[in-house]
Amino acid sequence: MNQKTQEKLEILADAAKYDVSCSSSGSKRKNTRTGLGNSTGSGICHTYTEDGRCVSLLKILLTNFCIYDCAYCVSRSSNDIKRAAFTVDEVVDLTINFYRRNYIEGLFLSSGIFKNADYTMERLVRIAKKLRLEHQFNGYIHLKAIPGASEELLDEAGLYADRLSVNIEIPSEMSLKKVAPEKNYKDVLEPMGYLKTRIKGYKEERKQIKKAPLFAPAGQSTQLVVGATPENDLKVLQLADSLYQQQSLKRVYYSGYIPIPTDNRLPVLKAPPLVRENRLYQADWLLRFYGFKVDEIVSEAFPELDLEMDPKMAYALRHPALFPVDVNKADYEMILRIPGVGVKSAQKIIQARRFGQLRFEHLKKIGVVLKRARYFLVCADKDFLHLGWDPDTIRSQILHADPKNRKAAQLSLF
Amino acid sequence: MTILYNGTYPGLLSAIFESYRIKARPTRIVPEADWRGSLFEEPLVVATRSDWAERVRAGVVKKTSKKGERMLYRCLLSEQPDVEMLIYDFVRQSMKSKTNWADNYLDDTVLRLQQIDKKMGREIHRMHAFVRFQQTRDDIYYAVIEPDFDVLPLIIDHFEKRYPAQTWLIYDSRRHYGMFYDQQRTEAITFAEKDHLNLRQISASILEEGETDYQEAWQKYFTSTNIPERKNMKLHLQHVPRRYWKYLVEK
Ligand code: SF4
Repeated sequence: MNQKTQEKLEILADAAKYDVSCSSSGSKRKNTRTGLGNSTGSGICHTYTEDGRCVSLLKILLTNFCIYDCAYCVSRSSNDIKRAAFTVDEVVDLTINFYRRNYIEGLFLSSGIFKNADYTMERLVRIAKKLRLEHQFNGYIHLKAIPGASEELLDEAGLYADRLSVNIEIPSEMSLKKVAPEKNYKDVLEPMGYLKTRIKGYKEERKQIKKAPLFAPAGQSTQLVVGATPENDLKVLQLADSLYQQQSLKRVYYSGYIPIPTDNRLPVLKAPPLVRENRLYQADWLLRFYGFKVDEIVSEAFPELDLEMDPKMAYALRHPALFPVDVNKADYEMILRIPGVGVKSAQKIIQARRFGQLRFEHLKKIGVVLKRARYFLVCADKDFLHLGWDPDTIRSQILHADPKNRKAAQLSLF
Repeated sequence: MTILYNGTYPGLLSAIFESYRIKARPTRIVPEADWRGSLFEEPLVVATRSDWAERVRAGVVKKTSKKGERMLYRCLLSEQPDVEMLIYDFVRQSMKSKTNWADNYLDDTVLRLQQIDKKMGREIHRMHAFVRFQQTRDDIYYAVIEPDFDVLPLIIDHFEKRYPAQTWLIYDSRRHYGMFYDQQRTEAITFAEKDHLNLRQISASILEEGETDYQEAWQKYFTSTNIPERKNMKLHLQHVPRRYWKYLVEK
């Protein structure tokens, strides 16, 4: 590998890093006797960046040359930055050699648009194809689906990639028009909708014929940038929910807008809205794994997530009539709604109940976070009614019990 | 009564079988190598018999599940003192219970085994993540680890599936043995004392020419993919505790 390739790697990894997704999960791809790599369903983070994000894939752009000028993007044509472009072989070589050394789970390949959509997409597909067919690579491949690329190319992409994604980026079309005049929702939603039907079609086929090819087995994902435009959390979560429901997306990622030096179409922020981003992820989990509906988390009356506490706690405090929950009697769905009880703990509670009555010490050992949960539950030997059930009191007790929260509360004063 | 066994999983299962056979409840089950002797008792030494071990193993699978049985094996490799008695107790309770005893989170033994198993799971997962191979001139991909527990036997399967067409060696420098895979099968190996491997001390002269280039490229990638505006060292350290840094090329 020459010096040039390393320089390109620095530029094109730097340009790709604002795409926050790095997941290698959701795909099952078996290896062959002479092949390289596999995907087992649950991803592996091989390291973490200093900002605490999982590094699972080699995440790079094929090139950061771009004919478009989207205000929120570092690669926009009007931005004065170093540009570079990998060759197909360079990307293949880096992927294979990083993978062999157990640095990565696979490749995440995106790109600026050079010439046109098809020209760009064709190269992304060529890389994936080469990895799969020439190198028998069975690790994870995430490809960006370039809006406007032909259906033939998208079809081919799905045959080699584990996951495909088209980023929506801006959570409303009106705002999108302002910051990226050449873009619109239709162009993004069209390939998404097309891929959705293809993924479904292949899945059906595999039920009939075991040997039928995989088509993007890890499905599709997208990213929404928050804080760059005025949409509130209600709007963002409604959009996410519709993407889960209607487009069958596997994941929606939220990326707190990081102020990119000066494009005057966007606001100047001092720091990226990381707390808000975190709350959105928590809300997203509630939608996907906890059986919550969007309007239970945010509503016209409460359109923004509470920055001081997680959305499940906020929900509990808004619904005092539902609590406390008796862990020895309540059904799974309700136990899951107790703040401080996760999916695993809830399952354990249900299993353990067959052997006898759960007491306080059991809950503790099972892994329930009692500091938060105790206000909201009743077990065989304890209830916490003496603590009183006044939402405001609980709120302030919880905020003050946790030094992390105390700091957040202080910060928010300024 | 103290029972001595050979320190292996089949050995422990044999010991449990024997205790059933002679209807005697052990107070301690100890690897022979760790037995320091006692003036007051003559321990019972149980030899390993694969047919006995298999009967206990199959019994546990039947009464709990494959996962329940696997948990016992993983827990034994945790090297926690007294884990043998937890396993013994678990087997005994399982045999009596009509429902899967592993689900009984009210029971202290189950809870403790689950906790140990969880720790093992975490360490296994970390080894899947943090092993870093270096390619040598003779085309062996080579990694040294120092796991908190003896997880090497538990991670082999993962690497066999992932790199079936690559010759590799993963060496535990704390326990002085390694697993060598020659593209056919994996075997445990040990080196003579003078050749004991240490983390990050593989001399450059035995490395394949391109090796350092890829390491450098990976370091550059690691730096470039970071977003300084989001820096959060606390979170970073939570995910990559300092004691694992020694594995990581990028650190
Ligand atoms: S088209 Fe993509 S790469 Fe190009 S400026 Fe817009 S967001 Fe950036």
